[in-house]
Amino acid sequence: MKVILHIWRQDKASTNDNFKQDGRMVRYELADVSPDMSFLEMLDVLNENLIEKGEESVAFDHDCREGICGACGVVIDGVPHGPERGTTTCQLHMRSFKDGAEIYIEPWRAKAFPVVRDLVVDRGSLDRIVQSGAFISVNTGAPQDANAIPIPKSDAERAFDAATCIGCGACVAACKNASAMLFVGAKVSHFAYLPQGRVERDSRARNLVKAMDEEGFGNCTNQNECEAVCPKEIPVRVIADMNREYLRAKAREG
Amino acid sequence: MNLDSRIPGGPIQDKWDSRKFDLKLVNPANKRKYKVLVVGSGLAGAAAAASMAELGYQVECFCYQDSPRRAHSIAAQGGINAAKNYRNDGDSVWRLFYDTVKGGDFRAREANVYRLAQCSVNIIDQAVAQGVPFARDYAGLLDNRSFGGAQVSRTFYARGQTGQQLLLGAYAALSRQIGLGTVKMYNRTEMLDVVLVDGHAKGIIVRDMVTGEVRSHAGDAVVLATGGYGNVFYLSTNAKGCNVTAAWRAHKKGAGFANPCYTQIHPTCIPVSGDHQSKLTLMSESLRNDGRVWIPKKQADKRPAHEIPDDERDYYLERKYPSFGNLAPRDIASRAAKEACDKGLGIGETGLGVYLDFRDAIARLGEPAIKARYGNLFHMYGKITAENPYKQPMRIYPAVHYTMGGLWVDYDLMSSIPGMFVLGEANFSDHGANRLGASALMQGLADGYFVIPYTIGGYLAGQKAGSVDVNHDAFQQTVATVNDRVSKLLSIQGKRTVDHFHKELGKIMWGRCGMARNDAGLNEALKEIPALREEFWQDVRVLGSGQSFNQSLEKAGRVADFLEFGELMCRDALERRESCGGHFRDEWQDEGEARRDDDNFAHAAVWEHKGEVKDAVRHQEELKFDNVALAVRSYK
Repeated sequence: MKVILHIWRQDKASTNDNFKQDGRMVRYELADVSPDMSFLEMLDVLNENLIEKGEESVAFDHDCREGICGACGVVIDGVPHGPERGTTTCQLHMRSFKDGAEIYIEPWRAKAFPVVRDLVVDRGSLDRIVQSGAFISVNTGAPQDANAIPIPKSDAERAFDAATCIGCGACVAACKNASAMLFVGAKVSHFAYLPQGRVERDSRARNLVKAMDEEGFGNCTNQNECEAVCPKEIPVRVIADMNREYLRAKAREG
Repeated sequence: MNLDSRIPGGPIQDKWDSRKFDLKLVNPANKRKYKVLVVGSGLAGAAAAASMAELGYQVECFCYQDSPRRAHSIAAQGGINAAKNYRNDGDSVWRLFYDTVKGGDFRAREANVYRLAQCSVNIIDQAVAQGVPFARDYAGLLDNRSFGGAQVSRTFYARGQTGQQLLLGAYAALSRQIGLGTVKMYNRTEMLDVVLVDGHAKGIIVRDMVTGEVRSHAGDAVVLATGGYGNVFYLSTNAKGCNVTAAWRAHKKGAGFANPCYTQIHPTCIPVSGDHQSKLTLMSESLRNDGRVWIPKKQADKRPAHEIPDDERDYYLERKYPSFGNLAPRDIASRAAKEACDKGLGIGETGLGVYLDFRDAIARLGEPAIKARYGNLFHMYGKITAENPYKQPMRIYPAVHYTMGGLWVDYDLMSSIPGMFVLGEANFSDHGANRLGASALMQGLADGYFVIPYTIGGYLAGQKAGSVDVNHDAFQQTVATVNDRVSKLLSIQGKRTVDHFHKELGKIMWGRCGMARNDAGLNEALKEIPALREEFWQDVRVLGSGQSFNQSLEKAGRVADFLEFGELMCRDALERRESCGGHFRDEWQDEGEARRDDDNFAHAAVWEHKGEVKDAVRHQEELKFDNVALAVRSYK
């Protein structure tokens, strides 16, 4: 099959809020695309062609290429990770597109995710949120036996549903407010359902929300775009969990 | 080359305890004066960085990814072994030790493996305390499943993403320390060389992958937790960025490289679909708990699987290995699949595949039960192949997955360069010639959480803190070499892309040094690889500049190292004139079963660099088996 690509090219890291000055969309044609190729393998082929022509390749983040490391992610025709639900960009295959399709490819757009080059953005803001409190403060040592505290299966499953977040940032890219609440909610919810996590629940909720605001992420206005694009299909109820934990923490402040 | 393994004396059960007692301690008030550089942020690196920072050391940690959470440990699916005996099925530290030594085909170091089995129980406790959501039963207690090479149920799991959940535990511990300011984290930073002062590792040279800046970092010790070298084959289950550069640079500076020929070919991966293929995807070994492996009995049988009646199917693992059946260890299952396909019995368009069939398990347990166990794996398989594994059997074929070889380390995990420690997949010591499933996560975390925090103190106690800084001549010289190399890669401006060379190397390695190796093929490879390397240095095309984010340049540096490393691998495979574990030599077999030669090869081969790969010198560390009797490994 053949595709026509329009790809955001940007040589240097973003400098200001008016992103349109930093780069531009460039048109490429690509023939001999196999429907069995993954989307990133299609970009590999494009890059090989570009290098042979003496043009620098399109930069994009990727690593495991099996949908778990969370490194990859581009906006495809306006949708983070593209048209297939519950799928990372690396697990999207060209059979999802029609022969002759025109495909628009852009980086995540958010104030808290400055573009580094082409389709690569800096998601360090997500790491900094985690550093503010998305953990249980236990040192390496000799904790009690793993089976000393039984956890109801339903609670463990709820915690797990939240813990499947791969930190790709698609939720932020999908949100018109560039809110990171699905990401932060997933962290809060993961620990809120575990007895080990409850000791620090108040400080965790306060610290994560504060860090999220300081990084420049927006607020949630209940459009649920985040849930729709999340490759791990994390439900928006984690945002409710976060709000509940945050309000509880605020109410208990003395 | 000093290859004293420094294994403590006494009975094997007491060795680790006695070493922990004998190791010198660093006074709590002095710990903060020492700086440790940790390269890599996977299970081993993140666990080590966090644990050492908790003890009070200053830690700097480096990863090439944009976040430490993305290290390739994250992709492990199936589970982690621990000798908890929660099932009451006869498991024990001793049995895990025994299974691992036997599973490694008697080419691992007994004392290290015993310690690994001992630490395994602490890992589960630690992970649960961190909030890792392992699978639980309806009583709220931890669940287990079985993995290859074991007859007990000791594998803890977290759906099909045990690696991600354990890594998020270690990443959370690391993030906590970064937030506290005790670990300084450097993302998108690649180690390009190690700096030795008076023979001790005292720093590293890195490249900031965003700005291109080449920079020195000095420390009192260096810890490499940089993973394996499976990408030398180009196609593997490794992440695209996994590379041998840090380990190879350390080797060239004097670290012995042990058993590079030991590579694990995992039996259950999705077969290659075409030339565009950029990586291979694993289907967890846990699937073999319920899936049955088979091939048609007739050659080139093109009927769809469901039209082939049971008496025309060969469930060859169950037939050949009745007591372990579909849970035969990886090396044995892979070789059996290759043998089937070599006989023309393979399935699918390419004939390079076998079936992994869930029909009987679905009939027995129902589709919902299978979905609960393996849902995400079935989903992933469906995405990649556009086939529904609930309705038709999966097609699988072996693929490069893990590398048991690595930098040589002593019992304290120190390489032959004093002050340089090596953890996780990057070292060589625990898995011998074959790694059992669910043992990689165990080893990475044991090394990071429970071994290095003790042994690093034993080394640092004898060193003066902060004795070297980046103004030392050794740093200036190494920075210059690194810069020269970067400029060289950019100045060639040839005709071929980096990927072209990587793919060519992969073809040589897979063809000559893959699932089966022989004298003639390896000798061919030893001519082909240097020729390809020469062509690379004359004809590679790397565009752009060194002072910017340049993914072609990053790849070029890594492929250049693979082009040297691959030669050492083939030399090692050639010199090991026996078959053991993942290393199978056509010349040494009994009807497809590996024939070991314990009289001549019960040792680790350790290579010392001498200028060129062809001049590398092979040393031996003899392996003694005092507790598990050397025997032919049988899974029948």
